Amino acid sequence: MQTSTHLEISRRDLLISSAATVAVTGVAGGAIAQSAGNDMVQTSKVSFIVNGDIHNMKLDNRTTLLDALREHLHLTGTKKGCDHGQCGACTVIVDGRRLNACLTLAIMQEGRRVTTIEGLGKPGDLHPMQAAFIKHDGFQCGYCTPGQICSSVAVLEEIGANIPSHVTADLTSPVALTAAEVRERMSGNICRCGAYSNIIDAISDVGGMKA
Amino acid sequence: MRPFTFERASSIEAAAKSAASNSQAKFIAGGTNLLDLMKLEIETPTHLIDVNGLGLDKIDATPDGGLRIGALVRNTDLAAHQAVRRDYGLLSRALVAGASGQLRNVATTAGNLLQRTRCPYFYDTNMPCNKRQLGSGCSAIDGFSRQHAIVGVSDSCIATHPSDMAIAMQALDATVETVKPDGSSRTIPIADFYRLPGDTPHIESALERGEFITGVLLPPPTGGKHIYRKVRDRASYAFALVSVGVVIHPDGTGRVAVGGVAHKPWRIGEADAKMQEGARAVVGTLLANARPTEQNRFKVDLVERTLGAVISEARG
Amino acid sequence: MNIIEDAKQAVQGLVQGAMAKAVALAPDSWMPGGEPDPLIRHQHGHVGKPLSRIDGPRKVTGSATFSAEFPVDGMVYAAVVFATIAKGRLVEIDTRSAEASPGVISVMTHRNAPKLNPPPVFMSSSKAAGGDNLPIMQDDRIHWNGQPIAVVLAESQEFADHAASLICATYEADVTLTNFAVAIAKGTEPSLFMGQPLHNEIGDAEKALKEAPVAVDATYRTPRHNHNAIELHAVTVAWTGDTLRIHDASQLVAHTAWSVAQMFGMDEKQVVVTSPFVGGGFGGKCLWQHQVLAAAAAKIVGRPVRLVLSREGVYRVVGGRTLTEQRVALGADKHGKFKALIHTGVIAKTPSNILPEPFIMPARSAYASETMLLDVQAVELDMLANTFMRAPGEAVGTFALESAIDELADALGIDPIELRLRNEPEKEPTSGLPFSSRHVVEAWKMGAERFGWDQRSVKPGLVRDGEWLVGLGCATATYPYYRMPGGAARITLTRLGQATVDIAAHEMGMGTATVQTQVVAERLGLSLEAITFNYGDSTLPGVVLAGGSQQTASIGASVIAAHRALVKELIKIAGNDSPLAGLKPDEVASRDAGLCKADDPSRFETYASILERAHRDEIRVEASPPDPLETMHWSMHSHGAMFCEVRVNAVTGEPRVSRFLGSFDCGRILNSKTAASQFRGGIIMGLGLALMEETQFDERYGRIMNPSLSEYHVPVHMDVPDIDVIWTDIPDPHTPMGAHGVGEIGITGTAAAVANAIYNATGKRMRDLPITLDKLL
Repeated sequence: MQTSTHLEISRRDLLISSAATVAVTGVAGGAIAQSAGNDMVQTSKVSFIVNGDIHNMKLDNRTTLLDALREHLHLTGTKKGCDHGQCGACTVIVDGRRLNACLTLAIMQEGRRVTTIEGLGKPGDLHPMQAAFIKHDGFQCGYCTPGQICSSVAVLEEIGANIPSHVTADLTSPVALTAAEVRERMSGNICRCGAYSNIIDAISDVGGMKA
Repeated sequence: MRPFTFERASSIEAAAKSAASNSQAKFIAGGTNLLDLMKLEIETPTHLIDVNGLGLDKIDATPDGGLRIGALVRNTDLAAHQAVRRDYGLLSRALVAGASGQLRNVATTAGNLLQRTRCPYFYDTNMPCNKRQLGSGCSAIDGFSRQHAIVGVSDSCIATHPSDMAIAMQALDATVETVKPDGSSRTIPIADFYRLPGDTPHIESALERGEFITGVLLPPPTGGKHIYRKVRDRASYAFALVSVGVVIHPDGTGRVAVGGVAHKPWRIGEADAKMQEGARAVVGTLLANARPTEQNRFKVDLVERTLGAVISEARG
Repeated sequence: MNIIEDAKQAVQGLVQGAMAKAVALAPDSWMPGGEPDPLIRHQHGHVGKPLSRIDGPRKVTGSATFSAEFPVDGMVYAAVVFATIAKGRLVEIDTRSAEASPGVISVMTHRNAPKLNPPPVFMSSSKAAGGDNLPIMQDDRIHWNGQPIAVVLAESQEFADHAASLICATYEADVTLTNFAVAIAKGTEPSLFMGQPLHNEIGDAEKALKEAPVAVDATYRTPRHNHNAIELHAVTVAWTGDTLRIHDASQLVAHTAWSVAQMFGMDEKQVVVTSPFVGGGFGGKCLWQHQVLAAAAAKIVGRPVRLVLSREGVYRVVGGRTLTEQRVALGADKHGKFKALIHTGVIAKTPSNILPEPFIMPARSAYASETMLLDVQAVELDMLANTFMRAPGEAVGTFALESAIDELADALGIDPIELRLRNEPEKEPTSGLPFSSRHVVEAWKMGAERFGWDQRSVKPGLVRDGEWLVGLGCATATYPYYRMPGGAARITLTRLGQATVDIAAHEMGMGTATVQTQVVAERLGLSLEAITFNYGDSTLPGVVLAGGSQQTASIGASVIAAHRALVKELIKIAGNDSPLAGLKPDEVASRDAGLCKADDPSRFETYASILERAHRDEIRVEASPPDPLETMHWSMHSHGAMFCEVRVNAVTGEPRVSRFLGSFDCGRILNSKTAASQFRGGIIMGLGLALMEETQFDERYGRIMNPSLSEYHVPVHMDVPDIDVIWTDIPDPHTPMGAHGVGEIGITGTAAAVANAIYNATGKRMRDLPITLDKLL
């Protein structure tokens, strides 16, 4: 369980909490409470951290992490492209790992730390990967871009953590940062405009890969 | 998605009990396949039991020198585990051949075993499908069947099992460890875990209602060369048309399991026995009763070609 | 309906045809583009520079707002229910369970939908935008498997989606025609494209083919395709009094506003369509039922509505590229000179739309041939209306034509590049018009050298790298230069030297704002920082389609017109005390935040000085360019030479592209960074077309069976190798900035280059797309 004590609850979070009907105190662990009364309304309370801010929400059990981010927290940088884990536009980083926010329930994120594209950087204060995407023109329409960037950041960490991929030649040697490794690992992020080559250039640049 | 109630299970026993008390309950772990199907209302549980907090995410050595893989170990962690990479390379290879990095970070060992078919008619709730709605008919047999099964099929269903990991588990003689709602546990050899479609294609495994997978046991490492070769339409992020998983020893003996051809990971002991005779002999036995459609007849040839290349590579 | 449409098209075609002759014969100087755009001479300014996208920081931080992301108070979420038969009638639609479902506000069906006029179908008039002309939820008729039959409106998407699943429909099915081969057997009909018959004849091509010493004659097939922009089609709509505001993902905001107004019986000005960012279009982000359903639903519930189609919903509601069956027959003398070029075939469309995939377009202008027979026949199926998808006609037409040329080269024993160069036309063969700018020979030569074409083994099947057979192939890329009527732009110039350009244009990844900022800054003699480029709003001037690779030309010509008006106005207010006094607008140019005499830059005054003297804070002009007669006076095209290296696995048949080069002749390149991206993007979609893309239409039911990004394969990172792109950068003297659009040409020729490389690798001719591994075993 992540502790909540280090975290300042921002004004915005308080507003969201109150808008979400019930303000909860702290990030209590344990079983998630069912809302009492109307058994047709299946909702649960959940608290998780998004880009450093804690959010206490009461949500429809069916709400995905993606819809919680977009529709409830108004963090629309995370995109919906298929809603079935087939395109990668909704990629966010949860507890240090990238995942498809469309294929996990918000109420399963209790205590987790979620980083979205908004948490990586802002215009004027860009994450190096965001800056590299601009420099190398790693996007056209910009829709798959937040997912590509979140994935890119995580891919470099996965390679650094020696997690193998389909193209890793030797499972028992450390994984190397190569174009093929990056391409394979980024294959869960579809770009229909076809910025793939430029995305690889951006990741290579940030990862310090030799050309 | 149909509305559902939700609980976070506090223990394995409680999870199994809760599932047994509600025939419409489902366990949720990674959820990458279940939520996909729930959104389409192909899966319609009224109650979800979140089993992520049960500490089943460990990989431990077993006293006999094998491995016990917790049911909740994520695909990424299993593929990256040093002992798996060293001793069960086939498993690591099969895992990283599947899905995408994002999905592997979430998908679990048990969930991967229980993946459901990708048949397009199963996925379209407006189309007849015996697996989804028993007795409604199979639209695939005379429809789009290029990716479908060629062996072990029935007139009711020609769906395939889509898992890559399960092919490795099959070749590695894994055992599935479960707990039943009454608290008793049992182990099911992977060879007995999956079922052929027959006239009950909606029943896919030996699991009973409420029975909960706690882990997968791997026997001690056998050595040999471990190769997993997946043939697919895209270079990545696509389901197998055919996949071949082998363990081959220096004397040419070994085992082979094939994916993309049947309702379950396809392996036959008599075929394994012919490994020294080469791919044609193995496939002759393995696919002896193949019943392909016009669209997927190529898989028969493709299995033999792929196995031949894999055997050469092992000898290489 | 269909007959009326055809007649209307025929009349438009006749008018165009008659006028075309006069325009063709008129002197160059009478034409728009008769005098080269002065900007072509500016070689060291903003134009052409690899400027990074000015909207980049917003896109990479997730702060670019797409249509489903506009917050609106009191918004209702919508979910659509689709028909499951191909043709017939709704006998019963039971919405009671859905209406009783938690969170549901209302369910709209044909029984309670507001009365609407049918959509004006695209190309039936200048601002028509409808994908088809079928009534939208007005009656019980079902026209295709997937037609919307109900819209659920609820307090959340979760409530709406589930309630939609509770709606129960009963149908009475009609006899349907959903099988292409059956339809062809019943008979085909000639087809029209933009009012003109898709038919050309020069001499007796069949006779010439028979008599030719060397000939090839084969049939090529291409399947249905879907655009699959990653952004789902989405709208957020709100009625404010009598005004309808639509936040749309749109390639044609002005067309959409007008068309929706027609349907609701409103004034065009009462419909405001905005679309600042479009998450990919490719021809698919036009007007389909979802925008209209959302607007109608918003009327019913009296609240704003957001409707986001599911991925499956996009396949059900938004048309894609249709399938084709093409015959290409080529006859040549033994030196390779074409004696006959035959490109004919059949496509499928519907009774309710007017877009036959015009696959003969490349053959009309690409090669000289003594005789020619080009023809597109159509059959009508009970299916969702097909529509434009990136390079309609050319994408699939070049696959057949350029594959056939490779086959002929092989039969003749002539290098395929050499064969193409030997048949280079002096003027457009079918129209006789001179080319405005054609440097395809240079593109071929540059490309061949850079790619290492001389390394190619002439005999197929000889080069092997382990399990992999390696081959090289090439093909011509071609796409017309279009400029559609209706452009207009407004320029506002302030005393502080800031200029704002307003035009109802679109950004869906082309870099519109970036490139146009470069162009406008150069044209007005201002810095990039001094320019604001507003677009994506139907209330701005102009009727600009972001399609046909024509938006750059349309904006360019509109800004030229507005700039001219600005200069005229500035000279007028500058008065007699200005160094510019007495000059005519034609004698004046912009530089350094002011105006000067074109041939004497020292006669100069700044904009600030002119405005200050005239006591004006700002000056505002709006103007429209002349009609695009230039496209009837010259044959105007972009060209390219495509080179592919492919590896085919000898064991598994897996085809993988390992290297690709596009060498383009597309006029002057306005931004070398964004243009290169567009070229590459087109090529990548072409790789998908070649190797994996197919919308699987189950002809038994008329239903699309792979409506997902899991089962409809588009290329992923791992499928895409290094792609090299180069260009001639030779300006077209008859276009604004000397430029051509570059959005579509990349997809043309690519599939043929891949197929030809596969032949070179394996000795197998691939005539049916996509080229999947089972075809190569």
